[in-house]
Amino acid sequence: MSIFIDKDTRLVVQGITGRDGSFHTKAMIEYGTRVVAGVTPGKGGQAFEGTVPIFNTVAEAVTGVGANTSVIYVPAKAAADAVFEAADAGIGLIVCITEGVPVLDMTRVMPYVRDKGARLLGPNCPGLITPGVCKVGIIPGMLAASGPIGVVSRSGTLTYEVVYQLTRAGIGQTTCVGIGGDPIIGTNFIDCLEAFERDPATKAVVMIGEIGGTDEQNAAEFVHTRMKKPVVGFIAGQTAPPGRRMGHAGAIISGSSGTAAEKMHAFEQAGIAVMQRPADVVGLIRERM
Amino acid sequence: MNLHEYQSRELLRKAGIPVPPGDVASTPAEARQIAERLGGRVVVKAQVHAGGRGKAGGVKLAASPQEAEAVAAKILGMQIKGLTVHQVLVAPAAEIASEAYVGVIVDRSSQSPVFMVSPAGGIDIEEVAAKTPEKIFRQRVDARYGLLPHQALGLAFRLYSDAGKARQAADILAKLYQAFVGAGASLAEINPLVVTPEGQVLALDAKIVVDDNELERRPAIEALRDATAEEPSEVRAREANLTYIKLDGNVGCIVNGAGLAMATMDLVKYYGGEPANFLDIGGSSNPEKVVSALRIITEDKHVRAILFNIFGGITRCDDVANGIVAATRQFTVEVPIVIRLTGTNEQQAVAILNGVGMKALTDMDEAVKQAVALVKGGKAA
Repeated sequence: MSIFIDKDTRLVVQGITGRDGSFHTKAMIEYGTRVVAGVTPGKGGQAFEGTVPIFNTVAEAVTGVGANTSVIYVPAKAAADAVFEAADAGIGLIVCITEGVPVLDMTRVMPYVRDKGARLLGPNCPGLITPGVCKVGIIPGMLAASGPIGVVSRSGTLTYEVVYQLTRAGIGQTTCVGIGGDPIIGTNFIDCLEAFERDPATKAVVMIGEIGGTDEQNAAEFVHTRMKKPVVGFIAGQTAPPGRRMGHAGAIISGSSGTAAEKMHAFEQAGIAVMQRPADVVGLIRERM
Repeated sequence: MNLHEYQSRELLRKAGIPVPPGDVASTPAEARQIAERLGGRVVVKAQVHAGGRGKAGGVKLAASPQEAEAVAAKILGMQIKGLTVHQVLVAPAAEIASEAYVGVIVDRSSQSPVFMVSPAGGIDIEEVAAKTPEKIFRQRVDARYGLLPHQALGLAFRLYSDAGKARQAADILAKLYQAFVGAGASLAEINPLVVTPEGQVLALDAKIVVDDNELERRPAIEALRDATAEEPSEVRAREANLTYIKLDGNVGCIVNGAGLAMATMDLVKYYGGEPANFLDIGGSSNPEKVVSALRIITEDKHVRAILFNIFGGITRCDDVANGIVAATRQFTVEVPIVIRLTGTNEQQAVAILNGVGMKALTDMDEAVKQAVALVKGGKAA
């Protein structure tokens, strides 16, 4: 079992002929993901690598080959419209890898996606992987292994680090989800925690947050009141100077409600085991399994 | 990107918001000329990206053009929170009957622009929010429709019971929203919004913060960037497409990804060291970016060891290894380098490094421990 993606995922790649899109499409196909279509306007009728049909629009990919999930690799200035297009075509899960999407674009995207009943993951996220079954996005497949742990993270490469530590210790994962670090994102910690709590194969969850905003505090409250499964947490940015931007638009300390210390305290209050460093994940998970 | 007060005022003026006259000066003589043109008492305000300018002595009144020149001479060149003042705004010293706050921000939790207004303006709005939250009024905006006229008027009546003033304020709020969207801002505020003794509502001070992700499609806003107001090494890093923030420690960190970069800094501290910087080389990094990163770090004379922590995904480890080798051929790196590489093309990277007599580790903790030991005078394992 898994969350959000599984063997029934039928993926359309928006921006399949671009540099990143083509590279990662090959990796996803190699991993076993059912990539059923690509979209590049003007290249409809061609095929990617001679096997994946390319359409001009997402709607054609849905009616033509039954795509139900999309992944977006288009440039930042076109990303909002790519999400609108996928939602209009009836795609259920839209994964936006693109980074640098203006936040005002996201203020228009979010209510629209919600009205269409779609789920957006990202933007500026690495996507997700259900080990051994399917991956959507850019998480390197060789890091993950199948097993009982759910992983949800705001970061990209830090997610890889934690998944790598788990896999190296022989602890596999149900699904690893990178939700992205931007101020406005489609799927938050709570959405993932809720799904992991419902997923019978997931026995414990690892949550990786960072400074900025209050999503981790809200997630801690959710863990405390609504979850039975054990949760292990990490917060990056303990040494970050207040008020400085650290690459992610979301990693801005605003007032007193975004510091690492405050988030770690919220985790502890909620009964979440707090990792002091990424390598602690193995010991803390073992204690709780 | 932060805009200066004078730049923000200009954007509001262009949006049709009444803003008092005034101009920016970079020499005392220019300040005098502006004061002569304005006539009467003026206020001279330091233009730096720091709060608390008044308390730091960066805002002064002047009764005459001669005094404006003298005051400007004191403020120009002054340091406020480590930033040198290169420009001052000279504006008429307005007579004020009342001060209010109005602002619009992108709110993470409601995923929308949210207006905040308060009749208690003129001071730090965060303090008002903390001490007297009942004096702050909010209005969430559906970005698909913008600020609706009745919403603007409803907020305006929170500030002024007089219908004439409320209508002026509602008009200013509508135009502030247009300026906010037009600039691609994540924050636009007027503090204070004042009423003159004649009953006119005016924007006295303005602050606009632009979303960096908007700059590519807004060259006119990008052109407002004042590189002299930023740390020079951070400007060079931005030009090389790196995110770099200088800190006070001595372990230089070069990492791919913001979250891993922060976790690496935290781990340096965990093992008893002090990180010298945050540096994210980003995804799909080419060797030139690594060369630029090493150049910037080696220019920080506090750095006693350099730590690479690369988890290859989009970033290919061999690109990073080639960058390290290229850099050491272009200039001398006098401090030891500890390299941790794992992920995409790791084996090619190790071969490249071994070829020039360098080693690579695969474990993050091990690499951080070695780097910390090196700055403490110990030996690498």
